[in-house]
Amino acid sequence: METADRIRLALAVLAVAPVAIGGLWLRARACPQRDMVTAALIQSPLPQRRLHPSVSDEALSGGLDLAATLSSGRPVMRAGLLSGPGLLVLPMAERCPSGLAARLAQALDGRGQALVALDEGAEAEEVLPPALVDRLGLFIDLNGLTADDIGNPSTDADTLTTARALLPTVRLEGGMVAAMARASAELGIGSARAALLALATARALAALAGRDAVEDSDLTDAAELVLAHRALPVADAPHDREPESQNEPEPQDTDQPEATPEGIPSEILVDAARAALPDGLLEALAKGRAARSAKAAGGTGDAHSGNRRGRPLPSRPGKPEGGKRLDLVATLRASAPWQTVRRGESSGPARALYLKPADLRIRRVKEMSDRVLVFAVDASGSSAMARMAEAKGAVELLLGQAYSRRDHVALVVFRGEKAELLLPPTRSLVQTKHRLRAVPGGGGTPLASALELALATAGRAKARGMTPTLALLTDGRGNIALDGTPGRARAESDAQMVAKAIRNAGLSALVIDMANRPQPGLAALAVLMGGRYTALPRADAHTLSAVLESALEA
Amino acid sequence: MSASPEPSAKVHALPERARAKPPFPFSAIVGQEDMKRALVLTAIDPSIGGVLVFGDRGTGKSTAVRALAALLPEIEAVEGCPVNSARHDQSPDWAQIMPGAAIIRKPTPVVDLPLGVSEDRVVGALDIERAIARGEKAFEPGLLARANRGYLYIDEVNLLEDHIVDLLLDVAQSGENVVERDGLSIRHAARFVLVGSGNPEEGELRPQLLDRFGLSVEVTSPKDIATRVEVITRRDAYETAPAKFLPDWQAQDATLRAGILAARAALPKVKTPGATLHDCAALCIEIGSDGLRGELTLLRAARALAAYEGAKSVGRKHLKSVATMALGHRLRRDPLDEAGSGARIARAVAEILP
Repeated sequence: METADRIRLALAVLAVAPVAIGGLWLRARACPQRDMVTAALIQSPLPQRRLHPSVSDEALSGGLDLAATLSSGRPVMRAGLLSGPGLLVLPMAERCPSGLAARLAQALDGRGQALVALDEGAEAEEVLPPALVDRLGLFIDLNGLTADDIGNPSTDADTLTTARALLPTVRLEGGMVAAMARASAELGIGSARAALLALATARALAALAGRDAVEDSDLTDAAELVLAHRALPVADAPHDREPESQNEPEPQDTDQPEATPEGIPSEILVDAARAALPDGLLEALAKGRAARSAKAAGGTGDAHSGNRRGRPLPSRPGKPEGGKRLDLVATLRASAPWQTVRRGESSGPARALYLKPADLRIRRVKEMSDRVLVFAVDASGSSAMARMAEAKGAVELLLGQAYSRRDHVALVVFRGEKAELLLPPTRSLVQTKHRLRAVPGGGGTPLASALELALATAGRAKARGMTPTLALLTDGRGNIALDGTPGRARAESDAQMVAKAIRNAGLSALVIDMANRPQPGLAALAVLMGGRYTALPRADAHTLSAVLESALEA
Repeated sequence: MSASPEPSAKVHALPERARAKPPFPFSAIVGQEDMKRALVLTAIDPSIGGVLVFGDRGTGKSTAVRALAALLPEIEAVEGCPVNSARHDQSPDWAQIMPGAAIIRKPTPVVDLPLGVSEDRVVGALDIERAIARGEKAFEPGLLARANRGYLYIDEVNLLEDHIVDLLLDVAQSGENVVERDGLSIRHAARFVLVGSGNPEEGELRPQLLDRFGLSVEVTSPKDIATRVEVITRRDAYETAPAKFLPDWQAQDATLRAGILAARAALPKVKTPGATLHDCAALCIEIGSDGLRGELTLLRAARALAAYEGAKSVGRKHLKSVATMALGHRLRRDPLDEAGSGARIARAVAEILP
């Protein structure tokens, strides 16, 4: 399918069966191309409602309009964005907090809503919450497309009206359902929603073509539109799965009619979905998913809105919305001096209390932020495997008790030419085990690159409101420079440069020297970083985790 | 919300769900036997505690809980009572229920607790509307009140904010919600079965909260194609032709409901032999579960299963079939042990209960 057709068809099926298809994940920065596509959303039969990532609970589900209530002296309710069917449009969807995602997911699960998520993510970890990805049927990526590539994305109104009328009568053959389910399994898609959304899309496509029966071409198109972006990258997908189910008798389902004659083979659907998107994009999406789930592992998405717990601070004027709480006593205190004046001014019936919106005070509290330990581990040289095993053990022990202390752990591993972030900041033990299963070792010591990556990770954590601590675990000096070239002198000066940057960033740091004989170079590096130096020859997981814990406490 | 002086001022109520079609039938859920069994057992004996369902997306966790709501027998409650009291003397004073209020039958409440919900909505708070408009100090009940005598469902329970978890821990333990804030001093019954679901890849559950769940089950995407095809076929039939799909399964649901009611009636008569108690204790000692909650839950779950199967007394086979779901989440956590909790329980069961 051509890109232009793909976009036009996606928008058309969304206009025909918005609720069944769930919605559209539109990946693009704000640009004229995106405006072209969003302009075509007007063809949807549902009224459009615009949200934003920090939309308040009251705005979503409706509630008391406090300002209007106060000025009129009687309760004024306001309608919620989720009351009644609608096409919700969420810009900056990559910043959608998990709380909002949960509500939207609930709305999408059968309350007559559809959602268009405008994902403006730039970095790998900025992607849509998985709860929404799972429920939105369609995906369009506009990055790198020109206006000519997009063409005219709208479909004429008559076609859409006819299609909507035709839709309830569209029939599917039984074998088609099976083929779609099989194709989604072969693409490595775990969720059962994908195949259902694809079937709904196939029906809408048939209706658009003016047919009352789904044909094979509708199924391939639907696989392209709905399944393609959910597939695992080819490398990770289950290859040539053993057809075990055919050898074993089915324990259940005996009362069900046996599989109807095969229609379209699922391979064709798989190929269609595979061909629809470049593999690089799939890998990027998979990476984003992983990063997002690591991020979500923090437990709370918005650790710093904090006005519900912690040490109280003086109240401030403001409106109690978006999760902020009214400080009733402060509000009354603010209104108290004006009561006599207001009673004199008021013309209506006498009231016990004359409050104005300006009197409202909201609570504020100071909150301690979560801590994150960025752990850089040297996996170079001969003793790499032993050291990695101890480091892994220490990380898992730390996480085993992390819940009580809200600690996150990130792991940077360095060997060969450069360092890599093996584990983004996370609190999930399951995820950690999953990612640390196999780490190769050996090669040079790119110390500078490790410090640089650790610094960047710590910086990102800080931007999200966490308090980072760096810990470096090594047994020698760096011998690979920042640009990946070998050479001890360059490597050393680069490492010193990054160490100074770490000190300038005001991060607390710890250098753990695991060499048999303490290395003066590492002690000097610790001084440059403004951190502590500990020599720990032959450390095991328990000693290590104790040292790291004390570094966090420091 | 209380009645406003002018009805027209009320622009919109919360989104109504009455229009939605009946939920997907419980019996039509393909596979996931552990999850279904755990939910049925808590329906038979709510004192087992909650159910925690951990697993991948799109494996029917939410579907099962919503289906359960339709499956459960109705309860009798005082009309208009915010906490679904069964008798007039149980209605809290602040609710100001007239002594003549009728006793009505209503569906067992299944209340959603969404992520990011505010504390006020959970425990209830001062009714600001009435406070401002009429100068009255009134209590606006929260989700905990609505969930009394029913189920409280938390999707993505592992992502719930800590301060909400703290509230839940306290209430789930005491069965009573105490509100001391904004000049209010209110308490009301809040006994509910906690049902949580989540994806362990996205975060761990706090051990204290984990312990409050009576049973825990893991669900995975079905691995064989035939099951997956069946899942999609049924769901697709439900979406596109509910009139044809629903009646058959609703009949099966009715059979299941009758089974639950019969089991509830039989439950007090089920005998617990000393040997079974001994088995229970031995198993819990072997796996080293903290406290006695493990034994109690194991026994209650086994007894509910025995009642459901129409057995006269609780036997070893009942213990065996509920051991993993009752004890799996109570193991002392050992981060360095690679084997899953299910495997460790199975090992202990094989050793202690041959």
